Amino acid sequence: MRPQPVPYDGGARPTLAVFKLASCDGCQLTLLDCEDQLLAVAGRLDISHFLEASSAVRPGPYDLALVEGSVTTPADAERVREIRSAARFLVTIGACATAGGIQALRNFADVEEFRATVYARPDYIATLTTSTPVSAHVPVDFELRGCPIDRGQLLEVITAFLAGRKPDVPNHSVCFACKRRGTVCVTVAHGTPCLGPVTHAGCGAICPAYGRGCYGCFGPSASVNLPALIPLLRRDGMSDDDVRRALRTYNAASFAEVEGAPS
Amino acid sequence: MTHRGSRVLHVGSLARVEGEGALHLTVDGGTVSGAELRIYEPPRFFEAFLRGRSYTEPPDITARVCGICPVAYQMSACRALEDACGVTVDGQRAALRRLLYCGEWIESQVLHIYLLHAPDFLGVDGAVELARTQRAHVERGLRIKQAGNAILEQLGGRAIHPVNVRLGGFHRAPTCGELKPLAERLRRARDDAWETVRWVAGFDFPDAGLDHALLALAEPGRYAIDSGTPTVMAAPGSCGVSAGTPASLPIRQFPVYAFSDETTEHQVPYSTALQATLGGERYLTGAMARFAISGRWLSPLAQEAAREGGLGDPLAGAVCRNPFRSIVVRAVEALYAIDEALRIIDAYEPPDRPYVDVRPRAGTGHGATEAPRGLLYHRYTLDADGIVTAATLVPPTSQNQGAMEEDLRRLVQDRLDAGEQDTDAELTALCERGIRNHDPCISCSAHFLDLTVDHVRRSPPCP
Repeated sequence: MRPQPVPYDGGARPTLAVFKLASCDGCQLTLLDCEDQLLAVAGRLDISHFLEASSAVRPGPYDLALVEGSVTTPADAERVREIRSAARFLVTIGACATAGGIQALRNFADVEEFRATVYARPDYIATLTTSTPVSAHVPVDFELRGCPIDRGQLLEVITAFLAGRKPDVPNHSVCFACKRRGTVCVTVAHGTPCLGPVTHAGCGAICPAYGRGCYGCFGPSASVNLPALIPLLRRDGMSDDDVRRALRTYNAASFAEVEGAPS
Repeated sequence: MTHRGSRVLHVGSLARVEGEGALHLTVDGGTVSGAELRIYEPPRFFEAFLRGRSYTEPPDITARVCGICPVAYQMSACRALEDACGVTVDGQRAALRRLLYCGEWIESQVLHIYLLHAPDFLGVDGAVELARTQRAHVERGLRIKQAGNAILEQLGGRAIHPVNVRLGGFHRAPTCGELKPLAERLRRARDDAWETVRWVAGFDFPDAGLDHALLALAEPGRYAIDSGTPTVMAAPGSCGVSAGTPASLPIRQFPVYAFSDETTEHQVPYSTALQATLGGERYLTGAMARFAISGRWLSPLAQEAAREGGLGDPLAGAVCRNPFRSIVVRAVEALYAIDEALRIIDAYEPPDRPYVDVRPRAGTGHGATEAPRGLLYHRYTLDADGIVTAATLVPPTSQNQGAMEEDLRRLVQDRLDAGEQDTDAELTALCERGIRNHDPCISCSAHFLDLTVDHVRRSPPCP
């Protein structure tokens, strides 16, 4: 049983740490993109370790640790254990930390061949054969989805932590968000293939609002019915290969675990 | 402490860069004998897993290389794939692309200026610490950054990994009514950007000069961002001009498709990022290269800011070769990007269709655009069905690695030659600043940056 989040008690500020594993930096950048709230957040939390933002680095333990990125090297597998032991409440931010990210495509391929394709001297490169989420290595207290995460959801997680409550992050599908936003269904109205019915909400249903189908960057939602969706995708012009690729991109490893996923 | 003796400096991690890596300096009897920028990025193998994907996918997929400059990846990918398919995007669709790119330039350059670089000049650990004493400055930076993000969010759907870009243009083109409200915010940001130029121009800049060749895209009539021809300004050393000269030097151009012939990527044992050279020589790409090569095409307002900021007259071929002053160049570029975004919005008329059709064909395409940190090159080979069979990405930071290492070597060597009795901490801090001068986007290729200076233990010379 992990320690429960510590409510802000008006006394010493809780400490925040941000860590990066294999990733693009985009999810921790989301924190710096909270322009209106950044200084307020810094007022409520003591930012003790956030290399992208400050040279001031203080040792743990940390009350709240945000971890971006997946585990792809032996060194990071060790590092994530150290982070866990220094963190009272550990939140993974984004598809890499939560589902292995796009680099988990190696899980379905021959990493030796990958390494030789990119590097002339593959022997210089230390890498694991898989890209795995943080939860495959250590217990995680909360997982925030998305490639990248949504700014509003990140602020909700931080606010909930400070208030000592569970974050309000619904796990229903993107379809709910389209309805709420008033977006006409791109599949029903235009026959555009869309992963929205099987994808975790959180982005605000952006893609359909811009006239394209959802491409699943938040990973599978709580209740996924792929056998019902795949025939619709085929009807709207996708080949078997197209369907396989669509499900094997930003959250390849988590979609692959869903019942009915193409092998 | 003696500089002839031996000592080892170690800094666990370099802060305020995008991504993480390491630096290894070897000092041997008062001479810096080696400077290695070690990039420990866990490899993510984009070039390998892009094979077998459809030609429509690389703009979204390669955006995930970098959360700081996803638009740059989307734009270079689109240009390369459209080149492969024989399609040109022009008119308002091209203008919208440039507008989106301006949003990223504003956001990214201001992020570097205020949150990553300025703290070096003001002796604080970061922008949050800076806000305790100079809150108005930090708030101004956040306001400009927010204006850049507003463009990305309106036109791209979101600021990081925007969703609206596709081959041939956009999934949906904005209405005039959607773009116009951005203008008011951008006009305020333009004033803030002017203030930024004045603010950073007043910083105290250490003496330094770089003598690398400079590489940037150039196109007549405008400051190259989303298109242009690779253009090389010769290194001062090759022309008998000293490193610190403000003069422009001879330039030459080569077509984008010759990029792989002109540059060589090679691997070093201490880095997971490939390093590039141009004709066997190290070179620098990024804001300083762009300003040297295309400064005359800045808007009149940005040119005025450059003069007022002490960079010289761009119309007279001003060149800035002090890497510490790159913060002023970035501030001028941010002002230009705002000015340019306003110009595009003012002239905007929705295109008849948001995109032109791009049909696949077998062949190879090349694309280069100016990411905030420098030239970003993509190459794709497609089969007749439009499946990617080979992909090459050359990010700016791997091109700049050799130049950054040389800058660090020179910074430390100059201190040693001057007989300065720097402490380890002072030298280390100087090296970290030397790295930040180039705004490396190590997350394009990096994981953990720490700094080690080895002073090689040698027997004292015979008396």
